[in-house]
Amino acid sequence: MTAEVDYLEQLFEHREVLDLALRETLTGVADRGRRHGAPPLPVSSALAPLLPEGLRRGSTVNVAGSVSLLLALLGTSSAEGAWCALVGFPLVSAEAADEYGIELSRLAVVPAPGPGWATAIGALLDAVDVVATRPPAHVVPGDVRRLTARARSHDSVLVPFGADWPGAEVRLRVREGQWEGIDVGEDGDGRLRRRRVVVTAEGRGRAAQPRTARLWLPAAGGGIDSIDEGTVIDEGTAADEGTVIALRAG
Amino acid sequence: MPDLSDQGPVAVVTANRVVACSHAARTSGVRRGLRRREAQARCPELAVLPRNEAAEARLFEPIVLALESIAPGVEVTRPGLAAIGVRGPTRYFGSETGVLHALSRAVGAAPANEAPGAGITTSTALIGVADGSFAAEQAARQGVIVAAGESPPFLADLPVSTLDPSGDSPLIDLLRRLGLRTLGAFAALPAGEVHTRFGPDGAWAHRQAGGHDDRPLAARRPPAELVATLDLEPPVDRVDTVAFSARAMAEQFIGDLAGHGLACACLELQVLTENGEETVRRWRHAGVLSTVDVVDRIRWQLEGWLRGGEHPPSGGVTRLRLLPVETVPLGVHQQALWGGSGADDERAHRALARVQTLLGHGSVLTPMIDGGRDPLQRTRLVPWGDAPVPEHSPEHPWPGHLPAPAPSVLIDPPRPVQVLDATGRTVTVDERGVVPSPPTTFVLGRESLPVTSWAGPWPVDERWWTPDATVKVARFQLVDVQGRAYLVTYATASQRWALTATYD
Repeated sequence: MTAEVDYLEQLFEHREVLDLALRETLTGVADRGRRHGAPPLPVSSALAPLLPEGLRRGSTVNVAGSVSLLLALLGTSSAEGAWCALVGFPLVSAEAADEYGIELSRLAVVPAPGPGWATAIGALLDAVDVVATRPPAHVVPGDVRRLTARARSHDSVLVPFGADWPGAEVRLRVREGQWEGIDVGEDGDGRLRRRRVVVTAEGRGRAAQPRTARLWLPAAGGGIDSIDEGTVIDEGTAADEGTVIALRAG
Repeated sequence: MPDLSDQGPVAVVTANRVVACSHAARTSGVRRGLRRREAQARCPELAVLPRNEAAEARLFEPIVLALESIAPGVEVTRPGLAAIGVRGPTRYFGSETGVLHALSRAVGAAPANEAPGAGITTSTALIGVADGSFAAEQAARQGVIVAAGESPPFLADLPVSTLDPSGDSPLIDLLRRLGLRTLGAFAALPAGEVHTRFGPDGAWAHRQAGGHDDRPLAARRPPAELVATLDLEPPVDRVDTVAFSARAMAEQFIGDLAGHGLACACLELQVLTENGEETVRRWRHAGVLSTVDVVDRIRWQLEGWLRGGEHPPSGGVTRLRLLPVETVPLGVHQQALWGGSGADDERAHRALARVQTLLGHGSVLTPMIDGGRDPLQRTRLVPWGDAPVPEHSPEHPWPGHLPAPAPSVLIDPPRPVQVLDATGRTVTVDERGVVPSPPTTFVLGRESLPVTSWAGPWPVDERWWTPDATVKVARFQLVDVQGRAYLVTYATASQRWALTATYD
């Protein structure tokens, strides 16, 4: 209960979010069981092993290591009608976003939110289904709590990118990238065709058990795909695999 | 911007079709409605420009002012086309011919608002008189006066494509396939059946074809509460900011009318500044006005007033009022005309508008795919609320365009880097496109990364190997020892390398 009181005190320092967050905290204390009434947002079938429930509304999902992974995470729900926002990112390619299925007319980009970062995220969480953000270098712990609570009370999904976000329920990160299709030799043949990655998901509560998935990110021709274990040639060197696959694809 | 000072052939292209062309282009066979490539094939030296409706509104403003000096109640259909009731001024000038002369004198005396690079002078106008506004527009194209009651026979021989010169209306296509090639043949169909078969749009086109569009069907005087007002505090002097703020008002205006079962065919827009200056203009639409149409007209009127007129207002805009002048019953299918945006979409629009207000105009953007060879050209961010219109067609074949997958993060502007060979010297590309010594090290800021694999060079300009190409740039993909992939470019003239994108 001490934590809840601290939280309430924090809220009183920031009047603009007081109302909603207070209501949220009180209902949260009273009825901890059911907060997430709305159905989850869908994710690509390749990400389903990592997020079996999809993107739960009201949750916070931390993504680290790859902008492509972030785009892949947003792609399916955006294609099916969700609104998404990217706040504080460097210039993300519209073509890449399109390849991952993001509907560009429902994507808002705020490249430089500046000192209004937390306020902007708060306003976006009111109505945009998925708000992805690269937090500024020094985030106040109060902001972390407030925005996590704001996402929860508005049934939106907050996706902090990069830095660790203490309130995140799931943390997705990319490990090991191996590109295929590009030449290791002297003559510069081939081109980047697809990348083999291992993505891990770690979480709290129900998602506490770490999960991993082997994915093509991007897959040949763009987008995300799971690596069909049956067709993996062998765990030889990346060079051999690259050559073999380039020939098959070419 | 191509050089247009020598009166070379010019065409304005929207959505890949020619919408206007200069006389020089016309003599080379360029016509309205042609696809861009056909036009360029007929006239290889054709300069192609995108359409700029804001500039059209600015250039048209002096003409509208000139018309208003002769007759009150000018209704603007779009920049470039305006209508006036001729009955009142006829009494004053004695005859319709007298009115025409007065109008052409007034227009001729209007300041010729030369637009550098646009090749347009606004000092001439085509004028015509007929019973309905559609017939009058056709009469103006031919420069004739159609006698009262003679509009239907005057229209009868014109092709059905006159109804929509842009050429991509599905209705026109359908009529042609039904064997109805002239307006007369279409007008001869019974009105009731046209409405049943083609819906309200078709019914309206049918009335136009028959020259009966002078009074819209069941025009009603709309109730006073349907007036929409927007107060701006503090006053705003930027057109795009006003237009952006007016979006919600336009939605409410159209929504309230729809709630009464009405759609707007003609509206009056009043704009007031902090110093009490006012502009009032009527905008008529050939069908019914959607939210987007209303916002466009607000934009056009403000462009003309704030930037085009002789006497721009001295202060910022404080109030906008939209008054429905003429309404028509709303057909059930017309909901689709404004995209049927759901409640979620509306909520998202409002939240984004709020963030835009918090952080300033231009802070919220939406990405679009544009045409081009370079990944950086192919991503363009447009301010939220502006129509994302590609400058070049993204579908156009772009030789040298990178195949998918696209790099995910673009570096704008490209960042200087070093690409070194095994001996530590900068990697070069010779005129034949050969890399004498392959890259082994990639230097990014202070980081020096071993290159494990690479691909290239790919010329960015397809004229790379011809001797007259001035800028020779080649792309490479590099993968470093940590498995990160980069897109880099090499400029032969300066022998410099730059990082343009990463496959993050």
